[in-house]
Amino acid sequence: MSDRTLSPNEVKEMILSICDKIIASEAELSEADRKLGDGDHGLGMQRGFTAAKAQIEALDPKSVGEVFSTTGMALMASMGGASGAVMGMLYQSGGTALNDCEALDAPALSKFLDAARDGVCNLGGAKPGDKTMVDALAGAQEAGQASVGRSLSEAFTAVAAGATDGMEKTKAMIATMGRAKTLGEKSIGHPDPGALSVSIMFNTMNEYVN
Amino acid sequence: MKKLLNDPNQAAAELIDGLVDYYNGSVTKVGPGAIALTEIASDKVALLVGGGTGHEPIYHGLIGPGMADGAACGDIFAAPPPNVILDATRAVNKGQGVLFLYGNYAGDVMNFKIAAQLAAAEGIRVETVLIWDDVASAPPSDKEGRRGIAGLIPIVKLAGAAADKAKDLGELVSLVTLARDNTRSVGVALSPGSIPATGMPTFELDEDSIGIGMGIHGEQGVGVEKMMTAGALADKLVDLILADDLPIGSGDEVLVLINSLGSTTMMECLIVLKRVKAILTEKDIKIYDVLLGPLVTCQEMAGLSISFTKLDDTLKSLWDTPCSSLGYTKL
Repeated sequence: MSDRTLSPNEVKEMILSICDKIIASEAELSEADRKLGDGDHGLGMQRGFTAAKAQIEALDPKSVGEVFSTTGMALMASMGGASGAVMGMLYQSGGTALNDCEALDAPALSKFLDAARDGVCNLGGAKPGDKTMVDALAGAQEAGQASVGRSLSEAFTAVAAGATDGMEKTKAMIATMGRAKTLGEKSIGHPDPGALSVSIMFNTMNEYVN
Repeated sequence: MKKLLNDPNQAAAELIDGLVDYYNGSVTKVGPGAIALTEIASDKVALLVGGGTGHEPIYHGLIGPGMADGAACGDIFAAPPPNVILDATRAVNKGQGVLFLYGNYAGDVMNFKIAAQLAAAEGIRVETVLIWDDVASAPPSDKEGRRGIAGLIPIVKLAGAAADKAKDLGELVSLVTLARDNTRSVGVALSPGSIPATGMPTFELDEDSIGIGMGIHGEQGVGVEKMMTAGALADKLVDLILADDLPIGSGDEVLVLINSLGSTTMMECLIVLKRVKAILTEKDIKIYDVLLGPLVTCQEMAGLSISFTKLDDTLKSLWDTPCSSLGYTKL
């Protein structure tokens, strides 16, 4: 297993499994958003990943990056809202970093996560600790960086755990960004819905690979 | 909740088509979610507004002569995507550049930011003025942390007049910034609206409670209090605005907007207006003009907001010009 890599077509299958998982998680994500926002996060994600699914199904990918970037552009164009911009930017900036990559291995996964984190943070200005999706993304990115020398399946397991851990940490945080920030201390106890989405995405990737 | 819909997930797309039908030829759909005046003067500095749908008549119902040239519409309660904003930008740009004017919400800011980069890459000059009139959403020292609410109505009207007379984009930015900086609002929520696609309420509030300063999507304000009379509420809301950092006092002239958030009736708005007028008269603050009605809404949300725009001679001359749109018309 240690030398396993994912081809562009396998990354395509992996993304399609994320699409199905997110579409099926609509109620859970919307419920999480009702605690902190206006309750529409699940619907936006469902719309975005339905559009991404259609585009990815039709794609004959030449590189790993193309699959991720196409996903990002589809999310951005179809979702709108804060989540469309940040979720789209995650895949689009991460994918751009892998434009020439034909086999996803642990170092390439780390490169994807570094670029994704930079892209999202530059756009929205959020930092870890602000109770946003960046907490889950940063957890994934740091785990990816620490797993560069390991097998791809080990790296995905660590990245999924990092994302889950980052999402779990948002429960104890006070929101400082977006609509949830006006809740102040009332935001404590609930996970950020965007972080929950990011955690679901990386855990679905791990399930696909392992 | 009885709501007249076809496919609830198509509500935004269908209302945009209906809006274009309302304008009966004077507004054209230039892309999914992107609409613009059919005829725009060839040398005009353009004004583009936008935001989520579900808050009608804003923002897309503010297109018209003397108002906005175009609008980028998102899904229900969600910011428009960058490609929609870019479609609208291309349609309104007449070579003099485009001002993006919209409410300060994270989703809108990010999507308009990406769109501004895409437009710049095509050689279209874009500037941005964010609307942040809600005094209950952050302290005066943190304007960038404030939300945009109903004060956008007078601001877009003033901006529309400014766009007709501005010689360039820079002049438009300074006039619109003046209008924005002279506008303050605060709202109260009595009961939530619902999300059309799910029927779920946008927030929860006890039967006998009201949310002072609560945002139009139910964002928390300055506090939840027991239900009170219209007069007591008007006193409280006007106090919050006058306690802010914009000095409004004896001899000043203001525009007053009493905005219904959806189901609060004109009767209630008028009863509140009577008290607001009495408070201002007592303080020797003159009302230059009054706007009243459901202009910035959140479906059947109950509640209202009060906005003041303090006018100087520049803003008065912009206010006095005629305009027409679905949302606001001035003869």
